[in-house]
Amino acid sequence: MQEIGIKSIDELYADISQKYRLKKPLNLPHALSEFEVKRHVEALLSKNKTCNDIPVFLGAGCWPHYVPAVVREIVQRSELVTSYTPYQPEISQGMLQALFEYQSMICELTDMDIVNCSMYDWASALGEAARMATRITGRKEILIPKLIHPERAVTLQVYAEPAGIVTEKLVYDKENGQINTDDLKGKISNKTAAVYIENPSYLGFIEEQVKEISREAHAHGALFIVGVDPTSLGILKPPGEYDADIVIGEAQPLGNFMNFGGPLLGIFACRDDMNIIRQMPGRIIGMTTTQDSSKHGFCMTLQTREQHIRREKATSNICSNEALCAVASAVHMALLGPEGFRELGETIMYKANYAMQRISKISRVKAPIFNSTHFKEFTVNFDEAGQSVEEVNKKLLQNQIHGGKNISEEFPEFGETALFCVTEIHSKNEIERLAEALTGILEGKSDVQASKLG
Amino acid sequence: MFKQASWDEPVIFSRGRKGRRGHIPPKAEQEIRQALGDLNSLLPKNMQRTSRPRLPELSEVEVMRHFLRLSEMNYGVDSGLYPLGSCTMKYNPKINELLASLPSLNMLNPYQDESTVQGILEILYRLERWLAEITGTHEVCLQPAAGAHGELLGTLLMRAHHKLNGDYEKRSEIIVPDSAHGTNPASAAMAGFNVVVVPSDDDGCVSLGALKAAVSERTAGLMLTNPNTLGIFEKNIDEIARIVHEAGGLLYYDGANLNPLLCKARPGDMGFDIVHINIHKTFSTPHGGGGPGAGPVGVTEELAKFLPIPRIGFNGTRYCLDYDKPHSIGKIRGFYGNIAVLLRAYAYILSLGNEGLKEVAEVSVLNANYLMKKLQGAKGLTLPYNSVRPRKHECVFSAKLLKSETGVSALNIAKRLLDFGLHAPTIYFPLIVEEALMIEPTETFEKEELDRFTENMHKICEEAYTTPETVLQAPHNTAVSKLDEVKASHPRTMALSWRMHLKKNAQKT
Repeated sequence: MQEIGIKSIDELYADISQKYRLKKPLNLPHALSEFEVKRHVEALLSKNKTCNDIPVFLGAGCWPHYVPAVVREIVQRSELVTSYTPYQPEISQGMLQALFEYQSMICELTDMDIVNCSMYDWASALGEAARMATRITGRKEILIPKLIHPERAVTLQVYAEPAGIVTEKLVYDKENGQINTDDLKGKISNKTAAVYIENPSYLGFIEEQVKEISREAHAHGALFIVGVDPTSLGILKPPGEYDADIVIGEAQPLGNFMNFGGPLLGIFACRDDMNIIRQMPGRIIGMTTTQDSSKHGFCMTLQTREQHIRREKATSNICSNEALCAVASAVHMALLGPEGFRELGETIMYKANYAMQRISKISRVKAPIFNSTHFKEFTVNFDEAGQSVEEVNKKLLQNQIHGGKNISEEFPEFGETALFCVTEIHSKNEIERLAEALTGILEGKSDVQASKLG
Repeated sequence: MFKQASWDEPVIFSRGRKGRRGHIPPKAEQEIRQALGDLNSLLPKNMQRTSRPRLPELSEVEVMRHFLRLSEMNYGVDSGLYPLGSCTMKYNPKINELLASLPSLNMLNPYQDESTVQGILEILYRLERWLAEITGTHEVCLQPAAGAHGELLGTLLMRAHHKLNGDYEKRSEIIVPDSAHGTNPASAAMAGFNVVVVPSDDDGCVSLGALKAAVSERTAGLMLTNPNTLGIFEKNIDEIARIVHEAGGLLYYDGANLNPLLCKARPGDMGFDIVHINIHKTFSTPHGGGGPGAGPVGVTEELAKFLPIPRIGFNGTRYCLDYDKPHSIGKIRGFYGNIAVLLRAYAYILSLGNEGLKEVAEVSVLNANYLMKKLQGAKGLTLPYNSVRPRKHECVFSAKLLKSETGVSALNIAKRLLDFGLHAPTIYFPLIVEEALMIEPTETFEKEELDRFTENMHKICEEAYTTPETVLQAPHNTAVSKLDEVKASHPRTMALSWRMHLKKNAQKT
């Protein structure tokens, strides 16, 4: 204060009108010591029940997976955690190289050429992909599957509407849930900017007619956008092999915890085509050399697409992204390698399909509702048993098991249906417990027990 | 003397050897495998992956060592001063990191039954109330993932408001000052608005005359950062709010610079209708090399009905997620927000309380003015706009004179600062200052570290006149010397992924 020549800090606030200066303390909590803060927050959080406490069979866009110890170790390195966006590349090579490696490994998994260094999540990535497709094609219509995650559909709508984009839903085959290609052929036209599919679909089954849908989109000059769950890509055909132009998805399962739904990690990939690359949203890290060409190095590149340079003409307003989550993913991918990805995919698919078979054997239960191949999620219908998902889940919870997501309001046409998720973290024991509890509940036995407990 | 680690660490694809494994996922139990048989019989043939992904194959030790070395070639707030203007690079308390890594948060699925997530809902509900109190708004939505995401929500709220009033078609313009962050015009454009730019006056504040001329029945709103990007408090905020509101527009507060106002003054009291908060700036959560952050948005009572679903509700005993909001704009992302980031902010507010937060604001302003004072007189640097008015959290110098006299630019100064183990300020922003150096020290650094910065700044300006080559060729002490950024973006040499790099190399040979 002496140096500046002031007697009170308030002199530095003299230019703020008195009427805006707060005269009394705000209604905020009293400051606590570090120990008290810890005890307080721990006590509050301990009111939660997690999938460590009871088996939880929920996914639906945010999935429980094991995070290897090395991932945690790296993403706690304070040089990475406490750094900003690498605006000064020479002093930020660590972050830049890690992000470049994230981009490069997602390329290999999806079989695409270019990946940005993250979007907020799958839903917002879809919104950005739709906008990007309309910028590239100059068209305003996007075709999406009817069986899309409802939150993604709403987010897409919110992102798309201000740009004058219209979305239309493609109906599915009643028997197997697959996109009805006749409907696609009827709806696609030279006004279609893009056709979007999800693989695996929101309801967990694998969309099989990918080549046909891709051909149809391209025949009409539309882009083909595919949304993916990367844990499937060790065993499932990558979208690059069926000619996707833009690949989006959710990389939270690679190295990131669920954290009640955030932060997540939106994948955004495209092909090596300058017309497409120039329309990409988000930051991209490129490999280069020092000016004296003595060493390789990394820096943010193609920044002329971005808001700080192009302002209202930028491809997106995104600035802060999910960089540290991308580093977690990079570490996880490096640990798994090609073999690990295959094994992870196999384990998930085995366990989920076993759970599905096991549940389907319970009388008056239909699992899944669609006759298609399922990866890690599947539908279970309770209509014949005459119980609602809400009732079933309540009774499961009384048995210390958390059931699947209730989708009967999202898709009333499926009646009382839940979406169950099984991954590598669910043991056979837990699956048996689930099946037994369901049997009890649906065959009426546990009604008595439940009412007692209730 | 600073010398950053400079490992000759190859891209991870060049490390390892075929067959090495870093992590082995659990296998499905034998009974399960037997019951289902060969997986290939389940997977349709045309959907099977036939080519292995070309990922690196490394042992756990190799992976650990590789990324550890990378981290050693990075610089964070824990390494030293990080005076990036408008980025508010303050210390990230470690207790918050510890709390955010608790399994009782990490292992929660967002769709769990409300009875199993009462703890986290209570935290989020309280945080909403505290942030509303701090910003002087009626309700706060925690969902946006970043500041720009908050801006997008804000401009979408403007859209919804004018739509409900039936004059959206007419109200097609959002006004931003020429000193605004690039995200403001970009967010306005994303929500479908045209952008009108108003110039700053000689004081660095919004020119009232220009603003009056810019508003019309087409005005949807004004996006304003206050204190602005020059670190100057908008002295006419009263008048600005009146002009915008009388024209039927809404006033949007870009919260990037909220730090100096914490518990001192509130945007809501100044007439702002929509306020975003950068949790990763003002509320001390780490930037993680670019994210994740969080950008909650506070609004007036009138606008609250438009906020994204679900809203967090409380009936006196139980917390819930309320989807029954017919006027809601919908959703701008999946789920409810970057919860692990928000939890840290909860702990931060709890650690400081009203008095602590006020002190944060005051010390951040004191530090910025101290730096400004100490840098005035550095050879070749000038302080554009009113040089007598106190700044708030940041100050902006110009190296225009230095450049014309020595050839040393703001960029060169930035690079040379790295040599002293100091991060550079934000450069070439705001756009209204030529050769801008935008300096925000925050409250967390002690006087000695601030002095180290100013002394080295003086030294660099001296060097510019005596040994300019040293500055022009900087940095010398970082992991790599100056990078060829042109090569990185030239279509012929551009390598945005390892496979693209291999392809380009193959073409060369």
